[in-house]
Amino acid sequence: MTPRARWHPWAMLGPTLALLAVFFLAPIGVAAYESLFSWDLLTPPRFVGASNYAALAARGELLHVALRTTAYSAIVVLGTMSLGLALALLVDRPGRLFALVRTSVFSAYVVSWVAVALLWMWMLDGNGGIFGRALHGSPLGDPGWALPTLAVVGIWKLTGYSMIVFLAGLQGVPRSLHEAAALDGAGAWGRLRHVTLPLLAPTAAFVATTSLVTSFQAFDVVRIMTQGGPARSTELFVYAIYEQVFLDLSVGRASALTVVFFALLLALAALQLRVWRARGEAAR
Amino acid sequence: MKERRSATALWLALGGVALAAWVFPYAWMVVTSFKTLPEIMSNPTAPYARRLDLGAYREVFATMPVARYTAVTAAMASAIASAQIALALPAGYALAKLRFAGRRQAFGVVLACLLVPTQATFVPVFLMFAKVRLVNTMTALVLPFAASALGTFLVRQALLAVPDEIIEAARMDGASEWTIVYRIVAPMLRPTLVSLFLVSFVFHYSDYFWPLVMTTDDSVRTLPLGVALLREQGTGVRWNIVMAGNVVLSAPVLALFAVVQRHLLRAVGR
Repeated sequence: MTPRARWHPWAMLGPTLALLAVFFLAPIGVAAYESLFSWDLLTPPRFVGASNYAALAARGELLHVALRTTAYSAIVVLGTMSLGLALALLVDRPGRLFALVRTSVFSAYVVSWVAVALLWMWMLDGNGGIFGRALHGSPLGDPGWALPTLAVVGIWKLTGYSMIVFLAGLQGVPRSLHEAAALDGAGAWGRLRHVTLPLLAPTAAFVATTSLVTSFQAFDVVRIMTQGGPARSTELFVYAIYEQVFLDLSVGRASALTVVFFALLLALAALQLRVWRARGEAAR
Repeated sequence: MKERRSATALWLALGGVALAAWVFPYAWMVVTSFKTLPEIMSNPTAPYARRLDLGAYREVFATMPVARYTAVTAAMASAIASAQIALALPAGYALAKLRFAGRRQAFGVVLACLLVPTQATFVPVFLMFAKVRLVNTMTALVLPFAASALGTFLVRQALLAVPDEIIEAARMDGASEWTIVYRIVAPMLRPTLVSLFLVSFVFHYSDYFWPLVMTTDDSVRTLPLGVALLREQGTGVRWNIVMAGNVVLSAPVLALFAVVQRHLLRAVGR
């Protein structure tokens, strides 16, 4: 429709566009600019060119942070997807119990990360934790086990999301296909393999990319449970940025890390967009 | 027939296992919060508290201004959720219903912002707020989220399904554009807006990251920060107190979730 006055659309969009520009687009530019300086928030900034990037790369820090974050995300994505799919198939049937499972699994996705992280810290505590005692000490203190343990907590928190999306996907599998397959003599397992799972492929790709992007941004669980330790084994990307700016007061390094982090996210987003488009077409 | 019955038993058993895996941690949190510290020291894995001891809760309310933190958190979350809806409505309307030069570019900006998480913006935004001395203010907590790219996008998508004739009829009746947006279009999008509000409110009520990086003192501290601090205070972690704080933090959210589950599930399963 034609606007009644030429300025109407811009008055309607103005606040939104201005806020988005200031808080989401401009910051990327600011980060790129600040990454060229050495600045401790106290003394005046000093131009250093690309040496913040060079320093991060030379000490191998950047690579390690990226690898750790990728490992964490890989475990979380694989875990939440397989568990989420299994749970969706399980609870996609009538009955009080299954409704209750649906609600409680998803509730963990709603509750604050703070509550979830503290609760698991207590259960894993080496002295009094119900799991920590069984494991003879907290796995969070072991450099080899701390990261997988954080990932397990992430899986517990986020499986509800993938379960709900898979459930929505299951509603899109036509009953008639199941009936036809059953008439052809396919058992429950055969119908799952040859009817349900292929039709869920676009949903699975959607869940995978969304969870990948989400888990790549993990921070709360690290900040509360391990502060990046032991021996930096759980220092994920966002926590590394946080540490650089708020603990080491190194704005330039933090900005350089932010720029690299954003570039990686853009690559993931490109993947995500392709998948979403495919899902949109499949839904049509 | 026999096979079906055993299959049903298997599904019920698996359901029981899943339920235990997700309900047990909550139960353990509640049980711990009713224990006394000596009780935890002497037998940490006792499956129940000897009696309902409220000492841990008294301690939480004594060391932390629970009422103030809750008020700050609720005010922040509702301010964000309301602002997002108030701004997304006209923006989504312009993008979905009005034809004008620059519409595609404006929509492109909204889509681009969907890809930028706050984890990639907090350093520069913190520097910006520090420059204008707004760190430790409600402004720093609310303003960056007042406009929501996702909200704008969803309102636009929902409005594409609303026929132009309704808006044209309203214009004929002499309704102003603002009346159309807030009085005619908004009620039609009620389900979308309710879900949007709830998702946003719950997310920001529970958010730890943004309040943590935008505040350095107690002036606008939110509840999740306060509860996380319970563990960092003093010597030796008093887990009964931390778990009591956890209950105070998560019980209202879980209660709200129980009531509005339908809306949240629809928003996510979309």
